[in-house]
Amino acid sequence: MAVSSAKFPSGAKGHQEESKFAHALRDALIAAFLAGVLSFFFIGFRTDIAPGGLSVRMRWTAWITAVVIVFVGRLLLNLFVFGRSWSGSSTKPKSAPLAERLPDLGKWLLRAFFVFALVLPFVAMYFFPGRDRQFIDIAILIMTYVMLGWGLNIVVGLAGLLDLGYVAFYAVGAYSFALLSTHFEFIGFWTALPLAGMLAAGWGLVLGFPVLRLRGDYLAIVTLAFGEIIRVVLLNWYDFTGGPNGISGIPKPTFFGLEFARGEGSFASFFGIPYSPIHRFVYLYYIIFLLALITNIVTMRLRALPIGRAWEALREDEIACRSLGINTRNTKLTAFAIGAMFGGFAGSFFATRQGFISPESFTFIESAIILAIVVLGGLGSQIGVVIAAIVMIGGTEALRNLGFLTYIFGPGFDPVQYRMLLFGLAMVIIMVWKPRGFVTTREPTVALKEKKRIGADLVAQGEGH
Amino acid sequence: MSETLVAPNPVTVPNWEADPVLTVEHLTMRFGGLVAVGDLSFSVGRGDITALIGPNGAGKTTVFNCVTGFYKPTEGRIVMRHGPGRQSELVEEVTASGLRWKKNGDQGVFLLERMPDHEISARAGVARTFQNIRLFGGMTVLENLLVAQHNRLVVASGFSIGGILGLPSYRRAESEAVEKAVHWLKQTNLLDRADDPAGDLPYGAQRRLEIARAMCTDPHLLCLDEPAAGLNPRESHELNELLQYIRGRGTSVLLIEHDMGVVMEISDHIIVLDYGVKIADGDATSVRTDPKVIAAYLGVEDEEDLDVPEVRQDVIEAVGQEAIADLAPEPIAEPAGEPAPAVAEPPKRATRARKAPAKSASAEAAAPKATRPRKPRGTSSGDGGAT
Repeated sequence: MAVSSAKFPSGAKGHQEESKFAHALRDALIAAFLAGVLSFFFIGFRTDIAPGGLSVRMRWTAWITAVVIVFVGRLLLNLFVFGRSWSGSSTKPKSAPLAERLPDLGKWLLRAFFVFALVLPFVAMYFFPGRDRQFIDIAILIMTYVMLGWGLNIVVGLAGLLDLGYVAFYAVGAYSFALLSTHFEFIGFWTALPLAGMLAAGWGLVLGFPVLRLRGDYLAIVTLAFGEIIRVVLLNWYDFTGGPNGISGIPKPTFFGLEFARGEGSFASFFGIPYSPIHRFVYLYYIIFLLALITNIVTMRLRALPIGRAWEALREDEIACRSLGINTRNTKLTAFAIGAMFGGFAGSFFATRQGFISPESFTFIESAIILAIVVLGGLGSQIGVVIAAIVMIGGTEALRNLGFLTYIFGPGFDPVQYRMLLFGLAMVIIMVWKPRGFVTTREPTVALKEKKRIGADLVAQGEGH
Repeated sequence: MSETLVAPNPVTVPNWEADPVLTVEHLTMRFGGLVAVGDLSFSVGRGDITALIGPNGAGKTTVFNCVTGFYKPTEGRIVMRHGPGRQSELVEEVTASGLRWKKNGDQGVFLLERMPDHEISARAGVARTFQNIRLFGGMTVLENLLVAQHNRLVVASGFSIGGILGLPSYRRAESEAVEKAVHWLKQTNLLDRADDPAGDLPYGAQRRLEIARAMCTDPHLLCLDEPAAGLNPRESHELNELLQYIRGRGTSVLLIEHDMGVVMEISDHIIVLDYGVKIADGDATSVRTDPKVIAAYLGVEDEEDLDVPEVRQDVIEAVGQEAIADLAPEPIAEPAGEPAPAVAEPPKRATRARKAPAKSASAEAAAPKATRPRKPRGTSSGDGGAT
């Protein structure tokens, strides 16, 4: 490995520019050398079982690929990401305005994100005509978890009450819609939606009452138990819920009475377009998009209202809240009920999308995933939940389709098998790198002059963390 | 209640007897076998600054927690009054009826021992601060003050429904709330820091913010638990001015304080506790010359010890120059000569602490700060035999 002798381009370019490139090149070569040495044994060798013992096989292509990736990646990082720190004074005036523009940048990114989510199904249909259904399905799944995350964020992120049984409200919403629609012909998705939300909110109150006096670990245990009780009741109340067989034949949502099917009176024939099964998925996507949007708007508004401030104050210091005349019991109950209501909405959407539900869908792991989304995103942060949901749900789905990894790890490598392992590793890395989640700052709800974001070290995490 | 009174002038009835905003009657608080407060009675005058003092562990904070509803007293009655006078009939009526409170026009009687803590703040108008500051550290200073106005704002927001819809009535209420917050930020000299997180403020500013936050609840009675603890002399002085301003607005103040500079300067009425019972009650002059008070603070065994010059020196340091002026002519005879004030005699108690060495007291006259009372209980056990 020839590391030391590298010819640096010189001539018309300024001295600073030249030394910067030289630095970058040398650093990249060193990194590539190290990678080559380290990966020589890990990637370069492969042992196969052969008659009479093991045989060693060299994998030069994989090894060279790894070294080249490290070299190019390091070079690019040096030039465009790390590069600024080397050239000293020349970039300093540049970086200051960048930092000032950053909040603005964040705002524009959010808007771009929103527009992208708005047109996503059409992007999928236009650019990936063969796989559009798969993409829209994943988008629906992610959006469902975004909504659940936002709902749980009210309880855990704002009010600071650790709830390990959130899936119970998801289940209540799903079963409410399933039972109502299968028992009463006239109840469709849009009529059942508010009813399911109300029922879930009612169960939120039922759960809220016993846990009012509990704190910390005890609160977490009781909510965990509540989630399990709901699931076990659904499993064993055979006459009412169908037990482990679940409920099937749940009606699909209609577009102002128009069904997504072939023939007369359907969505396609009404608008005079050829029938395609993708229409229903696009419609489902927009339903969950709308529901999630409502969840977000209501939460953001509530946060800036007295009740939202009381939730956050409760998270900061419950005793101080009581000394200021805030009824902490009612405040906690509203947090539980409103969080549960959004879980109920998401549950009935889940039921109508699947067409079939059973207690299997509402196990503890669902609660854990939703809670992980909230914690990973940063407690109390709305955009953090979105990012975390994309990483967690989108990430696990994306790992199913990593065919190119077989080029590196050999044809026997199946990424699906390592899905949860890689996923767990990613979570550990993220929590080491950002222990308070992706978005760690809190934005004040009101300001006299300017809103300054508050660092996570000052914000309390509430009970049970 | 008058039997517990040391009136400076027996002819005129002091304000706290004639027009009490709060009366505590026969309050007893037991924790298991420990009697933290025993049969304590006192009154807080309307518009007065009343100080509750006593050595560490005397039960002051327990009394506070009973008044503000954080503890349920074992026995006793705590009456909060809105509107002038003792309102004895109304008090008896409410007590007999089993109600928690009753309002008659602008008169109102609240039995605090029956009410939960948040109602005491919201309905009876008793606000408090905490010995260990309890701010909402992750929220801005302004948000802290808006949380304090929660109850009014919730009603104005139509229990959040009108607020979600963005009705103008709520916006008006919120801007009024911000105005009130700004008023108190100006009074506490915190206006520049309104948009900073409360947890970032320096200690003295956090103390002031806690008082501002309590005042944003529009209390009739403000209870302050050691508001001057940890403040430097300039900050203590500012605190005095702030408390005077608060009193000037018609809010009565009840405070626990160790800083005698603050207590003696601003208090209209001082109540001294020791071992959960009241040992003195009166205005600043009468309390500071009370031998029982001096004994409690210095840990002298009995009053004769005041003859010892070193002890006298300690007394001067502890209670200030004016006190010895009163004591100067005939040190012991004067307080003893008074018609034996019917101060509730402290029950027989473990005398171990009381035996705190009178003479060694001067030996350690390196004693912390002149204005700071010494704490006999903490230091006594180590230096036995000095007497």
